Amino acid sequence: MSNRAFAAIAFAVAIAIAAASQLIGNEYFFVAAYTVLQFVILATAWNILGGYTGYVNFGSASFFAVGAYTSVALYNAFKAPLPVVIVAGTVTAGLVGLGVGYLTLRLRGVFFAIATLALSVVLYTFVVNWDYVGGARGAYIILPREGPFGLSRYIHLLYIAMVLMAAFALVIARAIETSTLGRGLAAIRDDELAAECSGVPTLRLKIFSTMVSCALMGMAGTTLPYFISYIEPSSAFSLSYAVNSIAMPLIGGMMSWMGPLIGAVLLGSVQQLVQVTVSSAWNLLIVGVLLVLFVTLAPNGIMGWVYAWRRRKER
Amino acid sequence: MMAGTLLEVSGVTKRFGGFTALDGVDFSVRPGERVGLIGPNGSGKSTLVNCITGTLRNEEGSIRFEGQDICGYAAHRRIRLGLARSFQIPKPFTSMSVLDNLCVPLLFAARKHEKFAPGRVVEEAMHILGQVGLESKARAMSGGLTQVDMRKLELARAMAAKPKLLISDEAMAGLSASEVDEILALLSGLKERGVAVIMIEHVMRAVMKFSERIAVLVAGRKIADGDPQSVVGNADVIKAYLGE
Repeated sequence: MSNRAFAAIAFAVAIAIAAASQLIGNEYFFVAAYTVLQFVILATAWNILGGYTGYVNFGSASFFAVGAYTSVALYNAFKAPLPVVIVAGTVTAGLVGLGVGYLTLRLRGVFFAIATLALSVVLYTFVVNWDYVGGARGAYIILPREGPFGLSRYIHLLYIAMVLMAAFALVIARAIETSTLGRGLAAIRDDELAAECSGVPTLRLKIFSTMVSCALMGMAGTTLPYFISYIEPSSAFSLSYAVNSIAMPLIGGMMSWMGPLIGAVLLGSVQQLVQVTVSSAWNLLIVGVLLVLFVTLAPNGIMGWVYAWRRRKER
Repeated sequence: MMAGTLLEVSGVTKRFGGFTALDGVDFSVRPGERVGLIGPNGSGKSTLVNCITGTLRNEEGSIRFEGQDICGYAAHRRIRLGLARSFQIPKPFTSMSVLDNLCVPLLFAARKHEKFAPGRVVEEAMHILGQVGLESKARAMSGGLTQVDMRKLELARAMAAKPKLLISDEAMAGLSASEVDEILALLSGLKERGVAVIMIEHVMRAVMKFSERIAVLVAGRKIADGDPQSVVGNADVIKAYLGE
C-alpha cells in the first residue's frame, strides 16, 4: 500500500472514530480515550528511535514536556489558538531533539540511554526555574466551557485533535518504516559498523530519526495544558510517560508501526480501567508486571507472536 | 601520484595510545589488480583496512582513491566512491533476510555511482546472490546461516556496493579446503569484472594462488612487496614468520 493510500485510510478512520464518539454521552470516555491516544503517539514516536533504530530513549517525558511548555508559553504570550500551539510545540521539540541528537548520538547503547536520562533532569530543572511558564508553582490555562464548532465540551475538541494527531503519527511511522530510510535505520539497529560500511550515513540517519521521534513526542504534549488546565513540572515530566512509552512498544512489538499502536491501546485501556475500578496507584505496578511477563514470555511482543504464527503457516 | 593507480596509501601511521599499530606504511593498488596482504597476527593488517575504509582515522600520511584524498571522509562516503570491505567476523543484519541484507548497500552505496531504478534493486540483489550461490536462501533470515554461508553473504554484501576495490578481510579463516576453493573462485570472478581485490589471508595456499602481488606487514611496517614467488623467498619474510 502506498503512503498516500495509507494516509487517506488512517485519516478517514480517525474522522469516523471522532464523529462516532460524539454519540457517546459519557464525558469520562473522552478523558480516558484522550489519555490512551496520547500514549499511542508517545509509543509510536519512541519506537521510531527505539524500535527502528535501536537507540533507547529514557527521556520521552522531557520531550513531551517541551511540547506542553511551548503551549503554556504561547498561551501566556498571546492566547495562541490550538492549531498554532500544536505546530509550534512539535517544531520546538523536534529542534530540541535535533540538538540532543547531535550532541549525544556518538554515544552508543546504554551510554546514549543515560544521556537521555540526564537530559530530562536538565530540562526539568530549566522549567522549574522558568518563571514565565509558572516555574515550580505551575500554570493555569483557563478554557471556555464549550468547544468551538458547536461541540458541547472543550474536551471534545481536544479529543478530536488527539485522534487526528495519532493518525498523523502512525502515518509518519509507517512511511519511515517502509522507506529506504527505514531500511537504513534497521541496518543501524542490527550492526552500526556494518551499516556504515554498506554506505548508510549512520550519523545523519540517527539524528533524523531522533528529530522526528522527539517532534512527535512534543506534539503529544502540546494539548496537555489544555487537557488538565493546571500544569506543573512534576506532572508534565512524570515518570509514567517515560515508562509507558517504552513499555507499550515492547509489549506490542517494536518491528512495525502496529506494535506500539496495539501496545498503547491495550496497556492504556487496562490502566484506565484499573484507575476507575481499583485505584490509580496501581497503574505503574501493572505496567511493571506486564513488562516482566512479556519480556520473558514474548520478547518480540504481540506482533512477534503474529509474525511467528504467520511463518509457521507459510511452511 | 602514479598514473593508473586506484588506491595510493602513503606514509600512513596509526597509534593506539603509546602503541604504534601502523608505522609509515606505503601501499598501492592498480585498477583490477589482485593483491595479497599477509603478516603475522597483530601486524596491523586489519588496522590498515580500517584506515583505508574509514572506520579508523590515521594520524599521519595520506590515502588517495582514484587520485582523490579521502582521509577526511566518513566511512559511508568512501564506500560510495567504490571502496567496499567484508568483515573478518561476519556482521550480517540479523533482523533481515539474506536478500534484504544486499538491498542495503545496493540502495545506499551502489545507487550513488551506478544509476538504476529502485525497482531493479531486488533483481540486482538476486543476481549477486546467484553469483555467490546463495539464491536458494534469499528468503532465509541471515542470522540462521552456516559459517560458510555467512562468509559468502559478507562478500556478497560487499559486492552489492558495486566497488572498484573490494577488501576481503580473512574471508577463509577456519573454513575447510573445499570451502576455501569456493570463496577463492568467487573472488577470482571479480577480476573478470575489473574489480581490484585486496585479500587479507592466513591461508597461504589461497593467497599464492590468487595474488598477482603480495605485500607483507610485520609489526606495523611493510617489509616486502612484490610478486608472490620472490616475496615468499624473501629472507626477512621467512624470519618474521619462522624466526631465526
